[in-house]
Amino acid sequence: MGKIKTYTRRAFLVGSAAVIGGVAFGFYMVKKPHANPLLKDLKDGEAALTPWVKIDAEGVTLIAPHADIGQGVRSMQAMLIAEELDVDPLAVNVSPGDPAPAYYNTALATEAVPFMSTDDSFAAETMRDVMGGVIKLMGAQVTGGSSAVPDSFDKLRLAGAVARETLKKAASQQSGVPVSALKTEGGAVMLPDGTRVPYEDLAAAAAKLEPVTDVPLRDPNEWRYIGKPQQRLDIVAKSTGTLTYGIDLEFDGMVHATVKLNPRQGGELISYDASAAEGMRGVKKIMRVTGGVAVVADNTWRAIQAANAIDYKWGPVSYPSEMEGHWDLLAGSFNDDHIDNVWREEGDVEAALSGADVVEAEYRAPYVAHAPLEPISATVLVTDDGVDVWTASQLPRFVQANVAGIVGVEPDQVRLHNQYAGGSFGHRLEDEHVKRAAEVAMAMRGTPVKLTYSREEDFAHDFPRQISMGRMRGAVKDGRVDAYDLGIASPSVQASQLPRQNQVAPPGADRQIAAGAWNLPYALPNFRMTGYRTDGLAPVSSWRSVGASTNGFFADCFLDELIIAAGADPLEERIRMCQEPLARAVLEAVGEMSNWGSDLGPARGRGVAFVESFGVPVAEVVEVTNTPDGIRIDKVYVAAEVGRVIDPVNFDNLVKGGVVFGLGHAMNCEITYSDGMAEQQNFYDHEAMRLHQCPEIIVRGLENSDQIRGIGEPPVPPAAPALANAIFAATGKRLREMPFNKHIDFV
Amino acid sequence: MQIKVNGTSYDVDVEEDMPLLWVLRDELDIKGVKYGCGVAQCGACTVHIDGVAMRSCQVPAADAVGVEVTTIEGLGTPGALHIVQQAWVDHQVAQCGYCQSGQVMQAASLLAENPNPTDQDIDDAMSGNLCRCGTYPRIREAVKSAAAKLQEA
Repeated sequence: MGKIKTYTRRAFLVGSAAVIGGVAFGFYMVKKPHANPLLKDLKDGEAALTPWVKIDAEGVTLIAPHADIGQGVRSMQAMLIAEELDVDPLAVNVSPGDPAPAYYNTALATEAVPFMSTDDSFAAETMRDVMGGVIKLMGAQVTGGSSAVPDSFDKLRLAGAVARETLKKAASQQSGVPVSALKTEGGAVMLPDGTRVPYEDLAAAAAKLEPVTDVPLRDPNEWRYIGKPQQRLDIVAKSTGTLTYGIDLEFDGMVHATVKLNPRQGGELISYDASAAEGMRGVKKIMRVTGGVAVVADNTWRAIQAANAIDYKWGPVSYPSEMEGHWDLLAGSFNDDHIDNVWREEGDVEAALSGADVVEAEYRAPYVAHAPLEPISATVLVTDDGVDVWTASQLPRFVQANVAGIVGVEPDQVRLHNQYAGGSFGHRLEDEHVKRAAEVAMAMRGTPVKLTYSREEDFAHDFPRQISMGRMRGAVKDGRVDAYDLGIASPSVQASQLPRQNQVAPPGADRQIAAGAWNLPYALPNFRMTGYRTDGLAPVSSWRSVGASTNGFFADCFLDELIIAAGADPLEERIRMCQEPLARAVLEAVGEMSNWGSDLGPARGRGVAFVESFGVPVAEVVEVTNTPDGIRIDKVYVAAEVGRVIDPVNFDNLVKGGVVFGLGHAMNCEITYSDGMAEQQNFYDHEAMRLHQCPEIIVRGLENSDQIRGIGEPPVPPAAPALANAIFAATGKRLREMPFNKHIDFV
Repeated sequence: MQIKVNGTSYDVDVEEDMPLLWVLRDELDIKGVKYGCGVAQCGACTVHIDGVAMRSCQVPAADAVGVEVTTIEGLGTPGALHIVQQAWVDHQVAQCGYCQSGQVMQAASLLAENPNPTDQDIDDAMSGNLCRCGTYPRIREAVKSAAAKLQEA
């Protein structure tokens, strides 16, 4: 019930925030409700109670606008609505719905502002609300930033509750029974005499009523779904090969296309000779598209074979051709000209370091590909009636706008049918493949064109995770860390990413350059954290956990170096220094789970790391054995604070997957450029973790916070530093560069 | 040429070197078989050929003549789950699910040959199947519980 009060208070705050200058006007404007997307196509007998619930003759449809990229978010959204609406999520329709501005993501905005996640001061709250307004103004329907749960938790339950109470009001008017005597269960209103009135039968009457919005949300002790193990809606289909992904779609008359684009990212196609490809079997069309050539055939394999038979002349790139140039740009950024922001400045670092025995280090993290297992694809059909697009997107509104721009129609004439995705890890925030498919489909009006990237093409054009460099200095005194000067140089991911969506990156510092490093929860006597912005590097994109995936490694590992230099215990010292209760609790939990301090036996070691990202404090302990053939990872313990675990099964699976993702890429993966082209072409040189390397992983979710958080990304960042710290403990070798297999073998 | 898939014979007119993967997906519309890498690195395209797990991206169409090809659709269905698929549902293995057709086919082949695999056997048999979401802990558990069910049966 407090949650609804929060809404009201925020609405009031927002109104009051009109004093804060130009943003306030915009914010007032965007506070006007967006059009309800379900109203425009409603027929007689249908009622749209809120944008998240639709009821018609075919039954109840729950709308789950966050894209399901494997994280199970469609099930989670349905569960939240069902908790209040009293329907069985497995017995109703669940649809991603049409992309619409009303599905703006408020929770993502709360992570876009420079306040500690625990800072609930008036300034922080106001700023978060204003950013929510900006995202609303853009109508951005975003799946990302581990924000689906916090974005949905109140909104969707409220939607379910409003729908339920409005249906009860309709039933009351029809039956003459007062609302207080009505109950709901299994998709129906129950009258006191046992009569069951299905929601479908009340839809037309409910449509004529003002929605009942003065609804208290149910108390947690009344919950039937939240917090209890659930069966994912897609689990049977995904276990039987019967789930249709975007790449699996078939339509009458459909053709199969592929592309070859300049492997120098963003470079031009100078010329091409397709004479060897033109006569190949099944080839229907070869055409120039932005940055390369598309081949259309009657079979995907034939299209790929023909594309490989074309002779291309590619133009140059704007970023350095060789890796040395990339590292030089980063190394040249640690100066005043490149300061993006000084995020923390406590005590006097310079004074503390002067005259002290200074510990110095340089850390490096490479570009890494997203490489979801389903290669990117899009099917586009252009007709006089508009454009249909079938693809999996985390930014469906932007896809609509981009396709509309290419085809020359209004965004509302682009119908986006968002698909289940075979993984993403941030890859499906990009839509270059959809744009190329639209170019081909425009040249083949009336024919559905499915465009599929080969795995090699996907690797060549995977806007990778940011490359990054850390430079640190520190000093210890009296057995404690006394000074920590942490500098990180990195490209701004959003400055690279947003222009591809015809968006301008917000002005000011980029929080992701410092994410996972600036928000260390420790009381350090002298601490400075500086973010440096490096321009001119290869284009990059958000990769699962974004800045924290590299910064967490830098910040935590060097802290580990200082703690060891001070002669302290890595876990006990982190706990002692920790001034945030939620963070301290995860550190204590992981210590207890791993029986920290117990004897592991010979040739073994354990390391701990803590990183907070997306408001989720996560601590991990990794245990390794130094075998004669290399490092074996034995066990990983994880404690994460999320406020509330919505589905313990999916939570456990996502945390373990995040650990595997973090470890596997830290051990084995990098994207390097030579002659401007990514050198890694397939999984044989970028495979991350395979089953034989996977440790036992023990997971605990903590629920101490009153803020609910998402878990898709936060388990990733602590994995790499915990592994590096464990390897140091087992071998005495300090790893300061990912991937670790450049410096040590793994079995 | 004639190719037999899940007990049904199909006449297909394709190049001899077209990989079975693409014959299944684009010529026969059997989409449980997934394209992930095309070079036998990910295992998403795993099918059974005469009962043995094979990467269909590495089987030329000509080599698929005269053998029995089984895809995940032929292993079990949502209404009649194979014992391995039931274990996959019980353990809620899948996240994105894209690799899981191949994982299930690989596991079914392993258990057909070796109904009581050791941890090492499971590692050896399943490590060619890549899961980018990192569902490996659940894959291990599901293989073990399917093995236990087979022991009871």
